Amino acid sequence: MSQITKTHDPIVAVKNIGKRYGAINALAGVTTEVRAGEVTCVLGDNGAGKSTFIKMLAGAHTPSEGEMLLDGEPVTFSSPRAALDAGIATVYQDLAVVPLMPVWRNFFLGSELTKGAGPFRRLDVKRMKTITYTELDNMGIDLRDVDQPIGTLSGGERQCVAIARAVYFGARVLILDEPTAALGVKQSGVVLRYIARARDRGLGVVFITHNPHHAYPVGDRFLLLNRGTSLGDYAKADITLGELTSLMAGGAELDSLAHELERSMGADSPVVKELEREAEALPEAAREELVPPTAS
Amino acid sequence: MTTTDIVTIATRPRMERQPIRRLLARPEMGALVAALAVMIFFSVYTSNFMTLAGAGVWLESASTFGIMAVAVALLMIGGEFDLSAGVMTGFTALIVGVLTTNYGLNIWVAVVVSLAVALGVGALNGFIVMRTGLPSFIVTLGTFFVLAGIDLAVTKLITGQVSIQGMAKVPFYDTIQPLFGASIRIGGGVFYVSVLWWFLVTAIATWVLLRARAGNWIFAVGGALNSSRQVGVPIMKTKVGLFMTTAGAAWLVGMISLFRTSTVQANTGVGQEFIYIICAVVGGCLLTGGFGSAIGAALGALIYGMVFQGITFAQWDTNWLRTFLGAMLLLAVLLNHWVRTRAGGGR
Ligand SMILES: Nc1ncnc2c1ncn2[C@@H]1O[C@H](COP(=O)(O)OP(=O)(O)O)[C@@H](O)[C@H]1O
Ligand SMILES: [Mg+2]
Repeated sequence: MSQITKTHDPIVAVKNIGKRYGAINALAGVTTEVRAGEVTCVLGDNGAGKSTFIKMLAGAHTPSEGEMLLDGEPVTFSSPRAALDAGIATVYQDLAVVPLMPVWRNFFLGSELTKGAGPFRRLDVKRMKTITYTELDNMGIDLRDVDQPIGTLSGGERQCVAIARAVYFGARVLILDEPTAALGVKQSGVVLRYIARARDRGLGVVFITHNPHHAYPVGDRFLLLNRGTSLGDYAKADITLGELTSLMAGGAELDSLAHELERSMGADSPVVKELEREAEALPEAAREELVPPTAS
Repeated sequence: MTTTDIVTIATRPRMERQPIRRLLARPEMGALVAALAVMIFFSVYTSNFMTLAGAGVWLESASTFGIMAVAVALLMIGGEFDLSAGVMTGFTALIVGVLTTNYGLNIWVAVVVSLAVALGVGALNGFIVMRTGLPSFIVTLGTFFVLAGIDLAVTKLITGQVSIQGMAKVPFYDTIQPLFGASIRIGGGVFYVSVLWWFLVTAIATWVLLRARAGNWIFAVGGALNSSRQVGVPIMKTKVGLFMTTAGAAWLVGMISLFRTSTVQANTGVGQEFIYIICAVVGGCLLTGGFGSAIGAALGALIYGMVFQGITFAQWDTNWLRTFLGAMLLLAVLLNHWVRTRAGGGR
């Protein structure tokens, strides 16, 4: 991890932030921060409120409660554009690409380079193609043809194009919504490598996932969400992968799972032993405030 | 857009590395082949189709449909329809007719007023579609009927007839007529200025689609609206702009038909909105948006013009035109589908 780019002050900090959709309380009481050169992981099961959380950071939704600080100053983003202008770029689950359009057009979509003036202002096609090619090359993606529709790329490649795009456009904070959710093991590894690369370039990364094994190797800080509430916000030094996994699975649930398996597999089974160990390792405070997770 | 569409079109470029196949995968390729076939057929089958006189007739016929088909193609690439496009051509001409013959308004002013009203209706179409999220098919069907009713009722109320007469006697008529209705004789053929308008509109639309930011946005909003919004494409501006462009093109066609004939019927343009859509689809536009070409739509209109006049030259019953158009549309859709699946399978 690069220590050079680390600063003491967070780029973005949120304090007790929350969001209601009408009567539905999607998220409440979330506190965390994002620092340059660090990866803040947001973990939680389906419906935990992860997407809701990042939509507030990204300016797609305004928080119903709590405070958001950018470089220490309170901010509210009125639109995704406003968040973008503040240097907060988001790669959504659907990647925000247009499948039928060429890679280079997708790379610059919404921020096209032009030349000429007035009515003769036109796309600088050559420059955009060259930049797209070199930027992807810098990220270690070798595309022979930036003219091919982005729909022809694999899921991992598309993720990487989206990340490269955000990096190129000078993002200070990069938000990734479940970039590895739909990917196989190998492709996930590729994407994790680009996350590390973006971090090493000094970006603050917000990495959303429900997989602690993806989060732990790249993460510096872990925010755990469960059914719209925060289970805690841990620095890497304060939590182990085992604890993270247990918290994710939910301590109570883990206990009952161990009992269930005991019947079918025998109490001496190594799986059951491990589950019991993990349930015990769970921080006591976290276990108390734990709500049974949704069945999803 | 269906997944198959995305997959099949997205897989095209794998074969596009070979120049000939790259050419074959262009959206307007089918229309080009069909246009040549139609042209050759009528040239051989009738004696006066491939003469200057004949060409003047079918080019004129294609020109007004071409202007509209190109605008409608842009709108379709942007993911929307405009069923009020046909009636709008009559509506704009009637505004000029009524304002000048009945209220004595200066003809230049009337023409500008007509354009402003058209753009206003186009913007309204766009705003309603974007604000409510309703399908443009339904919204513009509403506008279509509202305008069609106004055309008939107001024309009858004010003039007591169902058409505007006496346009040619309006002061300064001659100063503006050449702009939209001029013609020149070349050999035995009469060629109208509308053909130049058609070429100009096609050229500008092609340039915008492929070389301007707006073109990027048009493909984007039609291909994936939500993604476009997320990366900061001004989707409202783009879509409303497209509806206004279609209305503006309808105004141009309205002026062309008004100043070529110096009269306008209250039901002018009704029913033609579907022909514009057919021309655009024959030209390679996807009904689901995000894919197509302006040149293709212009070729679609050329086919329409050639068949329309070719049937007359061949002295067939002109009622067959519609049957032909329908068959043409089916063929185009099937051909597009076939090319796309072939492209997908040929990796
Ligand atoms: N636009 C919305 N309107 C109403 N409820 C919503 C909306 N978006 C999310 N929710 C609800 O908020 C909760 C959290 O959802 P979400 O943030 O998408 O979870 P995650 O991304 O962690 O799976 C869910 O119960 C979901 O149904
Ligand atoms: Mg989600």
